[in-house]
This record gives sequence, structure tokens and C-alpha cells, in this order.
Amino acid sequence: MSYVALKMLFGDRAKYLMLLCGLTFAVMLIVQQGSIFWGLMIWSQSSISNLNVPIWVTDPGIAQVEEVKPIADTAVDRVRSVPGVEWAVPLYKGLLRARLTNGEYHQITLTGLESSTLIGRPAEVLGGRFEDILQPDAVALDQWAVERMGGPTVVKVGTIFELNDKLARVVAIAKTQKSFTNVPVVYTTYERAIRYVPRERRTLAYVLAKPKDGVPVEEVTRRIRQETGLGAFTDEEFSWKTISWVLKNTGIGTNFGTTILLGFIVGMAIAGQTFYLFTVENLRQFGALKAMGASTLTLAWMILLQAFTVGLTGYGVGIGLATLFGFLTARGGGLPFVETWQLLLLVLIALLAICTFSALISIIKLARLEPAIVFR
Amino acid sequence: MKAMSDDTQPAAVRARGIVKSFGTGDTQVTVLKGIDLDVYLGELLLLVGESGGGKTTLLSAIAGILDIDEGDIDVFGVPLSTLPAGKRTTFRGQTMGFIYQQFNLLPVLTAAENVAVPLLIQKAARPEALHRARIMLDRVGLGDRAEFLPKNLSGGQQQRVAIARALVNEPRLLICDEPTAALDGPNGQKIMELLREVGRSPDRCVIVVTHDSRIFHFGDRMANLTDGRIVGIERIKQEGTA
Repeated sequence: MSYVALKMLFGDRAKYLMLLCGLTFAVMLIVQQGSIFWGLMIWSQSSISNLNVPIWVTDPGIAQVEEVKPIADTAVDRVRSVPGVEWAVPLYKGLLRARLTNGEYHQITLTGLESSTLIGRPAEVLGGRFEDILQPDAVALDQWAVERMGGPTVVKVGTIFELNDKLARVVAIAKTQKSFTNVPVVYTTYERAIRYVPRERRTLAYVLAKPKDGVPVEEVTRRIRQETGLGAFTDEEFSWKTISWVLKNTGIGTNFGTTILLGFIVGMAIAGQTFYLFTVENLRQFGALKAMGASTLTLAWMILLQAFTVGLTGYGVGIGLATLFGFLTARGGGLPFVETWQLLLLVLIALLAICTFSALISIIKLARLEPAIVFR
Repeated sequence: MKAMSDDTQPAAVRARGIVKSFGTGDTQVTVLKGIDLDVYLGELLLLVGESGGGKTTLLSAIAGILDIDEGDIDVFGVPLSTLPAGKRTTFRGQTMGFIYQQFNLLPVLTAAENVAVPLLIQKAARPEALHRARIMLDRVGLGDRAEFLPKNLSGGQQQRVAIARALVNEPRLLICDEPTAALDGPNGQKIMELLREVGRSPDRCVIVVTHDSRIFHFGDRMANLTDGRIVGIERIKQEGTA
């Protein structure tokens, strides 16, 4: 009877297309919004992922990576002394204003890396040599800084600008993950970074550390917390802490959640209603099948097969369209769009729920259907 | 070859004291008020009577697609009214064929596919079911229309497809509800000739509900159902019989 069910489904082309459009729209909306939402979350913790170090140590009251709470310079040595720590280096991170030669001001995030190792440096360089930041007055920019500060004609390797009235010369352009706030990032050495900023009692933002081989990162992080009294997080913990802060303190979660829920409800409403109409219009045919000996179970199978066939087709088309949207809009980092298998799995589960709900309404109708309807 | 119906042999369908009401309280209407009826193998029984007299309700009850309030119905010795719903559905699929006033063909299936449906319900393989369906369509004179959709067939042809569908499972009881009501005179006569041929098979019987007096002569017996009661059963004199 699967053959008959599918012919009934595809035979009513208008309703099939309406069902398909409804489910495709729902899937596309959920995947698109979900991917943008997750892309934004990835952006919100890009300051952590861009540096790619396993342990972050800072003030224990820190809420998220962009909220810098400077700690004493001695923290570096205290972390180094914790058993299981292979290395620990200082990191400066702070906001500053850059003044270009054309007179324009731009707020930037100044990142100071430990000069002997340059730990935390971006992995990929688009222009110049990152190691050249060891030269006098040298800095490196991320590619978003180039974009935000006027484009490659204004800012390039060799460009000179001012940071707090001090000279900064661009020696490299690095490729990084775009950040949530999209504030340009300027990299230099830790020592030069603290010379750029106004004098403060405490300048150390973070201590970056790595556990010795064979020692679990969670264990070393726990020891650092215990022995120094500082806040120590694995990069994954710190990323989630940051994401969690963004979700709690901005309307992003609610906004995207509402849209995703809307997609789910609209999909369910369109699919449920159209499918129910499809069943009601074929009620005499279903009654005839029942009279001819088709059990309620057989009819239920037919309905489920129809629902899941159109559902899975809509799933494929919806994901295809959402991916195409992501491909076209997220190219070059224009839009945060991160499509993960977990999201696709969740959408599949949501879609199966929609299909099951739609099919159930029809199955209940058919279960109650008296085949005697065919004689009326 | 006519297998004459014989009142002395055990009835293929035996209905006793059938009562069926619809609604409750003041709005309750009793449609069948104690029906006794026998249908024998090799006969075509016509069920006639005024509209609202209970013909279709009785037909549905005999088919086991409508629960009755009182009475017993045995079909080929099986007590249909006490059979669990699932077994009744299976029994119906194996024993009965249906022909409806509005044909009830699936519009998206070809004639052959429509005819194959009862076999597919019985879990026959699709190629085998379609093969048997085409043979059956040949028998009703529509072998060359096997791949046509119902919308491309005339009313008479659609009803012949419905008959082929009803017969493809080789049912022993054929139940027909106003099979000629949607057809013109000549087409109605052709359909009834086909049904009479089926009814005269010695191991089958046919029950036809009809208002159409032009086809009364195709029946072997005619039961008149009025106001929920059978008010008379008469044997119809056939051409060529004494």
C-alpha cells in the first residue's frame, strides 16, 4: 500500500507543493536563524578561539572575555609555579583609540602578546610577517581592522597611525575569526602594549597557560584556581561562560528563539492543516480502502509514509536553501552563519515532530472513520 | 450457466433480528426494526424500497462496516456481528467485494492500479497484483484502458473498473449500492448483465441496492424494505424460465 500512498500524495500536486513549501519554509527558517544565532555565539567568543590556548587565568569574578579585570603582574609567576603547568605567559587586552593619518579615530582592541614566544598569535597571516611586531613600534592588524578602518587602500602593511599619541607601524595583516562587536584588533608585544596605554597600577588582563603533556587540562585548571585564588578556565569553559553571558545579558537568545519557534509553529500549522485537508478530501477513498479490508494500521502507515516523505523532502530542500543563503551571505565574514550537524539533527527531530503531529490528526480522523461513509 | 438459488440450502448470508438506531434520546431514529433476511449462493438479490427505508444501512451491516444494536449476521457461517473489528476487516477483505454508486476509484491511480488495490491490501506483490488486475480488466472489456486514469474514462467504464476491482479478489459476496444510479440506461443494463453473470456463479452471491426499476429483471429475488422492515420478498420470473 506504500505505492498507493505515495501516488495519492504526489497525485494531488497542488496540496503536495503546498505541504512541501510549508515544510521547506519551516526548515529553512529554523536552519537559517539557528545558524546565524550560532554564528553570533561563535563570534562572541572569538577573542578566545582566535588565541587558541588551553587555559585562561584572570580575576575570579570575570563574566566574559571582553570584560577585562586586570590582575597583578605577579600572577604569571604564580601560575608558572603550579604543578602541571608547562608554560604561562601574560596577555594584555584593552580598548584604545587609534588615530589615522587622515585624522579619523577608530576604537580598537589592543592585544599584547608575550614577546619571546608570541603565544596567542593568529595562525594565518594575509600580508607581511607577524614576527615583525618585535621591531620598534610595530603592530599587526586583523583583516577586520583593515575593513573597519577604511579598507586596504587606507590601511595596509607599512601604514603608520597613532595609539595614544604613540607611533604604530603596521607590519602584518592576520586572518582571524570576526568578533561579535567587530572592533578592530591590533596585535603587538605585551611590553609595547602597556607602553601604549595610559599608566595604570594593574595592566595584566590574562595569563595564558598550557598543561604539561599527559596532565588533563581540567586538573591543571582546578589546581591553578586552588593554589592562586585566581579564576582559571579551560578555553572551552571560558567560551561557554562568554556565550552564556551574551545570552543572559542581550536579547539575542530571545529574539532568535522566538523566530525559530515561529518557524516551528508556522511549519506545524501549515503542514498540519494541509495534511488534514488532504485526508478529509480523500475521506471517501480512505473509507473505500477500509471497506475493502485495509486496517486502520495500514491506513496509519500510509498517512505516516506520506507525511514523512513530504517532510524529508522539505527537510532536504529547506537545508539546501538555507545553506545556499549562508554560502551567499556569509562569504567573507559578512554574516555570522555556522551550520552545525547538531543543529541539522535538532531540525530533523523538530521536523519529524511536525510530521508526526500532522499525521496523527489525520490518523485519528481515519481511525474514527466508519467505512459505511462510502455508501452515503 | 445459471446456478439457481435454492431456499433449502444453507444461506450464504443469514441476518436475524437486526436492529439499528442512530442518535440518542428524543432524536433517536430506529432505521432497522428487526430484519430477517437470507441470501443464497448463486443468486442476485435486489434490495429495493423507499428512500430512507434502511436499505443502505442494512447493506452496511451485512458488509460488517456498521455495528448493529441487536441481532445476528452470519456470512458464510461466520458470525460477523460478534467478530472483533480487526478480524472482521480481514474477513471482509477476503470475502467481499464492493461496488458503489459513485465508483470511489482513486483518481490518481490508473484503471489497472485501482483494480489491483484489494490485492495490495492483501499484501500481494505489486507486479503480480497488476498482472491479475489487467486480466480482470480484460474480463470486463477494458483491457485496452488499463493505463487510463478514471477521469479519462466514461461513467460506464469507471463502473466496470469498479466491478473489476470488486471481483479481482474473487470475493464470494458482492455488495452493490445503486451501481447504475450514476449511469445512463444502456450503460446501466451492461453493468447489470455483468453483475448477473457474477451472481449466477454457484459459489457466489450478489446483493444490489437499487431504486432503478429498469434493472429489476436482472435479479433472482427482490426484497422490499420499507420503514426499517422487510415487507415482502418476491421471486422474479426470469426470461426463459417457467
